Amino acid sequence: MDMTYAGAEPKVARRKRSAIARHAAPYLFISPWILGFLFFTLGPLVFSLTMSFYDWPVVGERTFVGLDNYRTMIMDDPQFWESLWITVKFAAIYVPFNIVMSFLLALMLHNITFASGFFRTAFYLPSVISGVALVTIWSWIYSKEYGLLNFMLSFVGIDGPNWLGDPNLAIVAIIIASLWGLGGTMLILLTGLKAIPKELYEAATVSGVPGWAQMLFITLPMLGPMLLFTFITSIISAFQQLTIALLLTKGGPLGSTYFFAMYIYDNAFKYFDMGYAAAGSWVMFIIVLALSLGVMRWSAAWVYYEGEVRQNDGEGHA
Amino acid sequence: MAAIRIENLRKGFGSLEVLKGINLDIADGEFVCFLGPSGCGKSTLLRSIAGLEELDSGSIHLGDRDITDLRSAKRDIAMVFQNYALYPHMNVRKNLSFGLALNGMKRDEIDRRVNNAADILRISELLHRKPRQLSGGQRQRVAIGRAIVREPKLFLLDEPLSNLDAGLRVTMRVELAALHERLGVTMIYVTHDQVEAMTLSDRVVVLDKGKVSQFGTPLELFYQPANLFVAGFIGSPRMNFVTANVVRQDRSELTLSGGGLVRDLTLETLSSTVVAKDKPVTIGIRPDKLELVSPEEAHLVGDVRLVERLGTESHVHIGLENGSDMTAVVRGTHPVANRERIHLRIPPEHCHLFDADGKAIARALDPETQMLINQEKSKRVA
Repeated sequence: MDMTYAGAEPKVARRKRSAIARHAAPYLFISPWILGFLFFTLGPLVFSLTMSFYDWPVVGERTFVGLDNYRTMIMDDPQFWESLWITVKFAAIYVPFNIVMSFLLALMLHNITFASGFFRTAFYLPSVISGVALVTIWSWIYSKEYGLLNFMLSFVGIDGPNWLGDPNLAIVAIIIASLWGLGGTMLILLTGLKAIPKELYEAATVSGVPGWAQMLFITLPMLGPMLLFTFITSIISAFQQLTIALLLTKGGPLGSTYFFAMYIYDNAFKYFDMGYAAAGSWVMFIIVLALSLGVMRWSAAWVYYEGEVRQNDGEGHA
Repeated sequence: MAAIRIENLRKGFGSLEVLKGINLDIADGEFVCFLGPSGCGKSTLLRSIAGLEELDSGSIHLGDRDITDLRSAKRDIAMVFQNYALYPHMNVRKNLSFGLALNGMKRDEIDRRVNNAADILRISELLHRKPRQLSGGQRQRVAIGRAIVREPKLFLLDEPLSNLDAGLRVTMRVELAALHERLGVTMIYVTHDQVEAMTLSDRVVVLDKGKVSQFGTPLELFYQPANLFVAGFIGSPRMNFVTANVVRQDRSELTLSGGGLVRDLTLETLSSTVVAKDKPVTIGIRPDKLELVSPEEAHLVGDVRLVERLGTESHVHIGLENGSDMTAVVRGTHPVANRERIHLRIPPEHCHLFDADGKAIARALDPETQMLINQEKSKRVA
C-alpha cells in the first residue's frame, strides 16, 4: 500500500510539471517580442504620458503640473498653432501628391513590358537612402548658385529662385524632397495592381466598358485596402516630418518650415523641457489618431474587403 | 444568331506558334466544343475569337461581318470566364448591368434585360448579393447571366464548369444544354473534359498542338476517329493500341500479323482502301470491346497487373507479352485476379485501323451506329 502511494506521488508531480511546461511554452516563444514591446513601445509610451504631466527639465527637480503643459501649449503658445498649421498645410499637399504620384508610377510600371525590373528598382531606390544623404543631395539640387534645379531652369531662360531662402518656396521644396521617397508607397500599390485578376478587365473589355471606366470602377475599388493603408501611413509620415526640414531649412526661412515635429524636438533638445515636449508628442498622437480613425470611418464607403460581409449586403453565404 | 467562319488562323507568342492555321465553319445556332489537352491552343483560339488576342494572320467572320480587326466590344459576342471574373465589389445586379450602363443603354432596357436573365437563370433573389455571398454554382449562373444580358450573337465559354465540384458540374451541364436550347444562339465552349464535350456539343473540335485534329459530332469522334490522337483522346478508359503488319490484302479483306498479335487477325476495310503490304499498322480497340477467351481463340496474351473494381464494371490492366500495356473492361463481378494469365480476343468488327502516319483507315460501321451518327448530323443540319 505504502509502496503504491510512494510510487504515485512523483508521477502526479511529473504530470503537473509537464502541464505547466506545456502552458508556458507558447509564452516563452513569444517572450522576446513581449519584452521588446514592453521596454521599447509600451514603456516609453506610458513614460512619456507621465512626463507630460510634469515640469521635467533634463537636469534638476521634476514638478507635477497636471494638465498645465497642455493648457499652456493650446492657450498661450502661438508657436504651437503656427507649427501645427505648417504641418497641416504640408500634409494637405504631400498626402494626395504622394498617393496620386505613387499610383501613377505603379500604373506605369504595371503596364510597361520593357525593363520593368530596372525601373521598379530605380524608383524604389531613393526610399532606401538615409535621410541625411537625401538632404545632402537635395541641398545641392536646390542651391541658388550652383544647384542642379536652377541650372536646368536656366536652359529655358528662367532665373531660378532661392528655393530654400524664400518663405513661400521652402515648404514646396520640402514637399518635393519628401516625395522623392515615394518608392515604398508605389511598391505597395504596384503589388495591389498585380493582384487584380486580369479576367476582370477582359470581361469589361468584351462588355465594351471603356478604359477610363475600368480604371474608375475596377482598378480603384480593387485597390481600396492598399489606398487606405497608404493614405493613413502618408498622414502619419507627414505629421512626423522632421529630418528633411531640420537638415535642409532648420525650420526657416522665417519659420515657414517649422513643422510640429520640430517644435517638439526643439522643446525637448533645445529648451530641455521634456515634460512640455512629451505633452506635444501626445497632442500629435491624438491628432494623428483622430485623423486615422476619421479616414477609417470614411473608408467604409469606398474600401472593399474580399472577406467582409456587411449588414446590408445580403443574407450571408448561400 | 450567326455562323462563324475561321480561315487560316495563326497565332504565336514569341517563337512559340500556338495556333497553326485553324480553319473552321461553325453553323448558326450550333453548340461547339473546343476539346484538347492542356497547351493545345483551345483557350487561345477562343480568346482570338473574342478579340482578346491579336492574330498573326487569318480571318474570322461572324455572320456576314469580318470581325478580325474589330475591337472586342464591337464583335457582338459575350464571354464567360473560367474563374467567373465577377466584380467582387459589385452586387449581382451591378455585375449584370455594369457593361450595359456604361454603353449608354436606357435604365428601362437594362432592367428588362437583367430581370429576364435573372429569371432564366433563377437568380432573381440573389440580385442584391455580392459574389462572395454566392455558392460556386450561383456565381457561375451570374457569370452566364452577364453574357445573356448582352444578347450577343455568339457565346464564348472558357472552361466555365472546371471550378465546380463533380456533382454541381453535372447539374450545370444540364442547365447549360437547356439554356442553349432556349436561347438558340451559337455557343463555343472550351473544355478539356471530354464528357462535357460529348454531352453538350452538336460538334466537337479536337485540337492537338495548335491544329484541328478532327471536327465532327461526338459519335463520329468516338466511332470514326480520324487519327490516333483522337482515338486515344476520346473515350475513357482510353483506346488500346496494338501494332501489327499487313501480311495479306484480298480486295477489302486484310490479314494482320506480328507485332503484339499472337494469332493472325482478319478484318474488312472499305473496298476502296489500299494498304501497302508489310507496312506497319496500328490496331485500336476500345477496352469494353476486348473479349476474355480461351487460349486457342486469343489474339493477345498477357498478365493481369491490376484490377480496379468500380461496381458495375471492372477495369483490368494487363501487361502484354511484348511489353505493351492494355486495359480491358469486364463486368463488375468477373472473377479475374491480379497476376493471372489472361487471353484476349479482338473482335474484328469493333477494331479501328491506323496507317503508319497515324491516319485512320476507313472501315464500315455497323448499321446501328452509322444510323445514330447520321441522325446526329441531320439534327445539326435541321
